[in-house]
Amino acid sequence: MDSVQLAEKLRSLNAEAVVTEGKQFVEIQIPPSGLYSLARQLKENEDTGFDFLFCLSGVDYGHDLGVVYHLRSTKYGHSVVLKSRTSDRVDPQLDSVADIWRTAEFHEREVFDLLGIKFTNHPDLRRFFLPSSAGFPLRKDFVDDINIVTKK
Amino acid sequence: MEEPVKVAVDENQEYVINMGPQHPSTHGVLRLVLALKGEIVKNVEPHIGYVHRGMEKMCESITYPQIIHLTDRMDYLSAHINNEAVCLAVEKALEAEIPDRIKVIRTIMSELTRIQSHQLFWATFGMDLGGLTCFFYGLRDREKILDIFEETCGGRMIVSYNCPGGLMYDIHPNFQKRVKEFIKYFRKILPEYDQLLTGNIIFQERTRGIGRLSLEDAISYGVTGPTGRASGFSCDVRKHEPYSAYDRVKFNEVLFSEGDTFHRYLARMEEMRVSMDIVEQLIDNIPEGPFAVKLKPVIRLPEGEYYQRVETARGELGVFIISDGNKNPYRIKFRSPCFSNLWVLNLISRDFKIADLVAIGGSLDLVIPDIDR
Amino acid sequence: MFDFAPLTKWIDTVLHNAMSPFWAVVVEMLIVGVLILLFYALIGLFLVYAERKVCAFMQNRLGPNRVGPFGLFQTIADLVKLLLVELVPIRNADKFLFNLAPFIVITASFMAIAAIPFAKGLHAIDLNIGIFYVIAVSAMGVIGILLAGWASNNKYSLIGAMRSGAQIVSYELSVGLSLITMVILAGSMQLSVIVEGQATGWFIFKGHIPAFIAFIVFLVASTAETNRGPFDLAEAESELTAGYHTEYSGIKFAFFFLAEYMNMFIVASIAATVFLGGWMPFHVGNWDGFNAVMDFIPPFVWYIVKTFFVVFLMMWFKWTFPRLRIDQLLTLEWKYLLPINLVNVLIMAFIVLMGWHF
Repeated sequence: MDSVQLAEKLRSLNAEAVVTEGKQFVEIQIPPSGLYSLARQLKENEDTGFDFLFCLSGVDYGHDLGVVYHLRSTKYGHSVVLKSRTSDRVDPQLDSVADIWRTAEFHEREVFDLLGIKFTNHPDLRRFFLPSSAGFPLRKDFVDDINIVTKK
Repeated sequence: MEEPVKVAVDENQEYVINMGPQHPSTHGVLRLVLALKGEIVKNVEPHIGYVHRGMEKMCESITYPQIIHLTDRMDYLSAHINNEAVCLAVEKALEAEIPDRIKVIRTIMSELTRIQSHQLFWATFGMDLGGLTCFFYGLRDREKILDIFEETCGGRMIVSYNCPGGLMYDIHPNFQKRVKEFIKYFRKILPEYDQLLTGNIIFQERTRGIGRLSLEDAISYGVTGPTGRASGFSCDVRKHEPYSAYDRVKFNEVLFSEGDTFHRYLARMEEMRVSMDIVEQLIDNIPEGPFAVKLKPVIRLPEGEYYQRVETARGELGVFIISDGNKNPYRIKFRSPCFSNLWVLNLISRDFKIADLVAIGGSLDLVIPDIDR
Repeated sequence: MFDFAPLTKWIDTVLHNAMSPFWAVVVEMLIVGVLILLFYALIGLFLVYAERKVCAFMQNRLGPNRVGPFGLFQTIADLVKLLLVELVPIRNADKFLFNLAPFIVITASFMAIAAIPFAKGLHAIDLNIGIFYVIAVSAMGVIGILLAGWASNNKYSLIGAMRSGAQIVSYELSVGLSLITMVILAGSMQLSVIVEGQATGWFIFKGHIPAFIAFIVFLVASTAETNRGPFDLAEAESELTAGYHTEYSGIKFAFFFLAEYMNMFIVASIAATVFLGGWMPFHVGNWDGFNAVMDFIPPFVWYIVKTFFVVFLMMWFKWTFPRLRIDQLLTLEWKYLLPINLVNVLIMAFIVLMGWHF
């Protein structure tokens, strides 16, 4: 299945998803509401079979907070990038995919620690690296007068 | 990083031990909170973050050539491969044409890095199981590779040999001769490793059937590298998505199906042989040419997202760069292999003894700075 | 043959002539005590040095080589350091038991050494139940280890001590039974009689295969009993940091350390005495000329050479094998060594009964 066919297939999975063909991967944009069901479909659909979540990164897009999932199918060898973002910066919430890919549990904890995105239905959402009093350093509006030196 | 656990016995009447952060066999500052029933491990909870340096945040305020020197400090045993990952990502984004000489030298250096990392694994794994002698033999042979590195790069462990667009300097005139000498020497020495440890009946009893990781779990937990391949997970980036000069060499992906501690160990021993094969194929055929291509003095990546995967000694390292066209990355994420590999520890060491936990932890070959970043 | 009996007898007579019998005995005890303590300390120091050298050569290193010729004074320097180093007080430890433990361990090994015949007529006490005494006394050391683990109030120490308890209690059986095999052959428990009995050939040769099996079993079991690698589960550096002596420092740690080496020396002495003829030179049946030549080598040298041969074997084990796991350790004892031993005792008894031994 080449990337055009894969994109076609992905478009048929979920109406809400916006599928584009990027330079390297096929990319899917999905609103938070459809994230969990699409993720489950991506894993369980016979033709897609994305069973290996090889990277999960939280991103601060400035006004939005988002999560980027890099998925690969060990059966077919094709990859896809799944993106979801939320505009709520005070209490950002996304569905956890920890029960679909077990590795997500720990990557999500890291994202929670550094970006403060709360993953609903996460089995064990605690901070990883930083004490609970610390802010969320990977956010662009994070200020730390002592440890971060900014060039004027 | 949370408060230390202070209870002696938890609610399930299990004996709680804080193993680490200072402990001989956690290979760094990893803390494992164990719940024990007698000698039997009932639960392992890793606590990480003791060497968290906020690398991803730091990278957002420095330039791409500077980032390379930070990545050395992640998985310090495959420092060269980490550098390569960032360089490849930057070169891919700039669509720079890289001459063959650079690719071949990078590949040789990567494979030497892999061998020295696995040598250290062998040394420390033997020590974890109580065979202290392995440690000295492993380090003795590793020294020879480090000497080769020193001659060419100036650094021994943290080499910083890559730069965007090529290499920092050309290889030393002795490089080819010494690498060939080393390969000849190490082919002779590797059977001795097997004699001392692999064939030992106590060693086999201690490792066979211990900590079995199934293929489904390996994929679901994202376990890559020799650890994943011992469970039959074909995840060798060098094979599936060849970078540098891996498309021009013939080599076998080491795959086992058992997934126990012994086969994780065996996978690494086999990989040393495979790495030697790769180096042998390339070392006589280093093409002529420049050792670096000239890029712009200030590197600005075009706006977009770039992902580059490489195979380090521990598994798949991913570098995910989001660029906004500036000279700093907007967001950089390192998908480090050890971070994913660590979390199977609880799954596979439950209901085994403490001594097995040490063996399993050793066989995952964790590097703690790579977990914390 | 060199015999120390006239010398000791002469000292005895001189003392008895000089003072009342009570004081004579007191002075004799003092002399013996001081000599054995000196010997104990010297051997302990030398064993530490020997282990470091042996392990260095097995690991492709040089070992200590700076202090004194060939680094011979390195252990003395270490000892001085251990004597001067601060004793770290442990806040929640049981002070009395914590301080008592190293003394129990070292006393046990000190008592065991009293019964060992170093040369003809050279032993502190020649009990008629010598072997029984040595087994009983050396087993006392485990109390010290258990106390150390318990009183330290440290979780690793406690696990180490429990392992050590299980291990020593199990392996005591094998040590005892393999020695009993040889007692059947020798017909006595008195160590001097056992050594005399080997004047025409060492028991390991005289006792056919059962004696050889008993020797192997004894070697394995005694290595385990002294908590040395590959059976050093009580310490298990990579699992329990330092096991039962994690919390000890300074001279108290030195006691554990010294006791470990002396226990090794004691079991090696027993092995040398019971299986390899002790101070008895290498004699072959009726070859009188050969035997006479062998007699020229002093018995004490024979004894030391044999003991250090066994010590070297134990060091060799330690530095080449990985460590066993606790269940494998107990499986080895209860499922393999003990049944082998029981059958071995029967075979030996049968052989002795039929008079088939040499």
